[in-house]
Amino acid sequence: MSFPWAAHYAPKNAFTQWIDQRLPLPRLVYNAVGAGYPVPRNLNYFWNFGVLAGAALGLQIITGIVLAMHYAANGMVAFDSVEHIMRDVNSGWLLRYAHANGASFFFIVVYMHIGRGLFYGSYKAPREMVWLLGVVIFLLMMATAFMGYVLPWGQMSFWGAQVITGFFSAIPLVGEPIREWLLGGYAPDNAALNRFFSLHYLLPFVIAGVIILHIWALHIPGSNNPTGVDVKGPQDTVPFHPYYTAKDGFGLGVFLIAFSLFVFFMPNALGHPDNYIPANPLSTPAHIVPEWYFLPFYAILKSFTVNFLWIPAKLWGVMAMFGSILLLFVLPWLDTSPVRSSNYRPLYKWFFWVLVLDVLLLGYLGQAPAEEPYVRLSQLSAAYYFAHFLIILPIVSKIEKPKPLPMSISASVLHGEAQEAAPFGAGGEGVIAGDSTPPRAS
Amino acid sequence: MVRIIAFLAGLVFVAALVVAMLIPRQPAVENTAHHFHIEPAKMAFASDGPLGRFDRAQLQRGFQVYKEVCSACHSLRHVAFRDLTDLGFTGPEVKAIANQWAIEVPSVNPDTGEPATRKAIPADMFPSPYANEVAARAANNNALPPDLSLITKAREGHAEYVHSLLTGYREPPANLPAEARPGPGLHYNPVYANLNIAMPPPLVAEGQVSYADGTKPTVEQMSQDVAAFLIWTAEPKLENRKRTGVAVIIFLLFATTLAYFAYQNIWAEKKGKLRKG
Repeated sequence: MSFPWAAHYAPKNAFTQWIDQRLPLPRLVYNAVGAGYPVPRNLNYFWNFGVLAGAALGLQIITGIVLAMHYAANGMVAFDSVEHIMRDVNSGWLLRYAHANGASFFFIVVYMHIGRGLFYGSYKAPREMVWLLGVVIFLLMMATAFMGYVLPWGQMSFWGAQVITGFFSAIPLVGEPIREWLLGGYAPDNAALNRFFSLHYLLPFVIAGVIILHIWALHIPGSNNPTGVDVKGPQDTVPFHPYYTAKDGFGLGVFLIAFSLFVFFMPNALGHPDNYIPANPLSTPAHIVPEWYFLPFYAILKSFTVNFLWIPAKLWGVMAMFGSILLLFVLPWLDTSPVRSSNYRPLYKWFFWVLVLDVLLLGYLGQAPAEEPYVRLSQLSAAYYFAHFLIILPIVSKIEKPKPLPMSISASVLHGEAQEAAPFGAGGEGVIAGDSTPPRAS
Repeated sequence: MVRIIAFLAGLVFVAALVVAMLIPRQPAVENTAHHFHIEPAKMAFASDGPLGRFDRAQLQRGFQVYKEVCSACHSLRHVAFRDLTDLGFTGPEVKAIANQWAIEVPSVNPDTGEPATRKAIPADMFPSPYANEVAARAANNNALPPDLSLITKAREGHAEYVHSLLTGYREPPANLPAEARPGPGLHYNPVYANLNIAMPPPLVAEGQVSYADGTKPTVEQMSQDVAAFLIWTAEPKLENRKRTGVAVIIFLLFATTLAYFAYQNIWAEKKGKLRKG
């Protein structure tokens, strides 16, 4: 979809016209991210994270493909091949550290992106499809990251694979046969390692395909904005190029600085030392933990410690862990408030920040030992997580009294950028110092 | 409809967790041995910090400690003899080190085809002192001396832990509980997580190694040197990494600043004082 006032692609020279008549790819780019795509003018920096996620995927694919030229996916030599990359391959250390830290940064960026969606109601109509595709991308990312972590075949690689594939055996009756079929054996071994390598190479391209659908679905209604108010006219938007290409360029620079600080000066800070020990099926590490981005879900898994309603605790844990992500699929139908942005939903906003604290706490508890008081605390935190989405949100969206919305995006912008969240007609008509332009009729 | 099912599912999960929370716990068994564990002492190495570089004289001393003390039991299988040129040895010196290495490299007798050994060449990795894990355990009271190539990256305290461990051997204190006392073949070392380690103290006396550069070979000095050497074996490209990092950060700061001003320039008429609406 394009807004009626969007600029039209008009190739000027003969070469670009020739291309446009035969394969209108430049036209597609112009309409998707160029001057032909109007975007709300009031987006804040939380809207940078989508592009950063795409950049992180590109970085992972490039470093990954080159690493795959030197990595050997056989259990006897996998660990050694990674050390060969670190020591003998030209810039191999850089490729490896960029790829390992790139995965962490991909998740940091995606969690910020999801948080933006939750806070500003980007999952609500008419953008439910964008949200659903996003949750699919998140699940694919988790599968890809898990399989990638197994490839160096260190202690955590092996035992993490042992734990995660063990989930399948929780399924009654058919669980164990399914697990052995997936692994190609009774425990993670050469068969599992080889197929994980194949799928780890494949899934990022599936992710790329779903991202294309995700952006396509977004471009039908156009982007949301911090007020949640729909675009009403040309004064509400700016063309994506050059306004947001420039802002995204700056954001990319900041991202790369943060990324480089980790890659070059603390490359192993986010990893676990045990993964520098070659995998040993006969020696279980003292604490088996996944990478940090899985810790909240790991905490939810571990918090189900009792058999309840004839279902064993292990199966509860597995169902809860998957359920905690799958419930995101139904979020657009759980939260029925017509108001999108939390800036105008004081009660929801309060619960949103409690959820953020809860998820951070779950992350800490994910790597804590399975002792008191951590067990009770993770049970309480996991209970809040489910209560938040499944019980609290539907109730809040029914009983909440939202603040009045601004008349339009440009009205909220013209009444003071620092106060863009300030509602029209509720004391928000401040004048910025030095700006004597009378407010435009919107 | 979706909301009702979701609500009920939420109630069920919360109920399962509340039941789990309320179930009384068995009293925790106190792990008294935990009190005797000592954290590794803080230690500064030449390669620390964003501008860190190796002290090559120290690396050569550390290599000498590895060669004369540790290589009897510990392999260094990810390091090749040719990598020693990083430490400042010349090509011919490296060839001599490889050729004179006490342990020979597995090979095949060219006449009979039977397993044999040959002298190492610079292209070889450091050979293991034992033929296989079974031989290693048989010679060490069923304990397996770990490979040292990555040891400083594979332990939580990194090089500080290695240094503290080597200097951490002492007599068990009088109040150590009986079950935490070292059994036969074990040695008390409170830096080790389980308090008792199978490795006998490797650095026992001053002068165990006589340094070519004249540095006094105290136990403290030898353990610092070998820990620094093991930082190098774990990451020979450390200096490249930090040097490249400084250049990359400087470039990115410059480029991001330019990008910022370009962004402000483009948005000037839409924001701030120049806003035209």
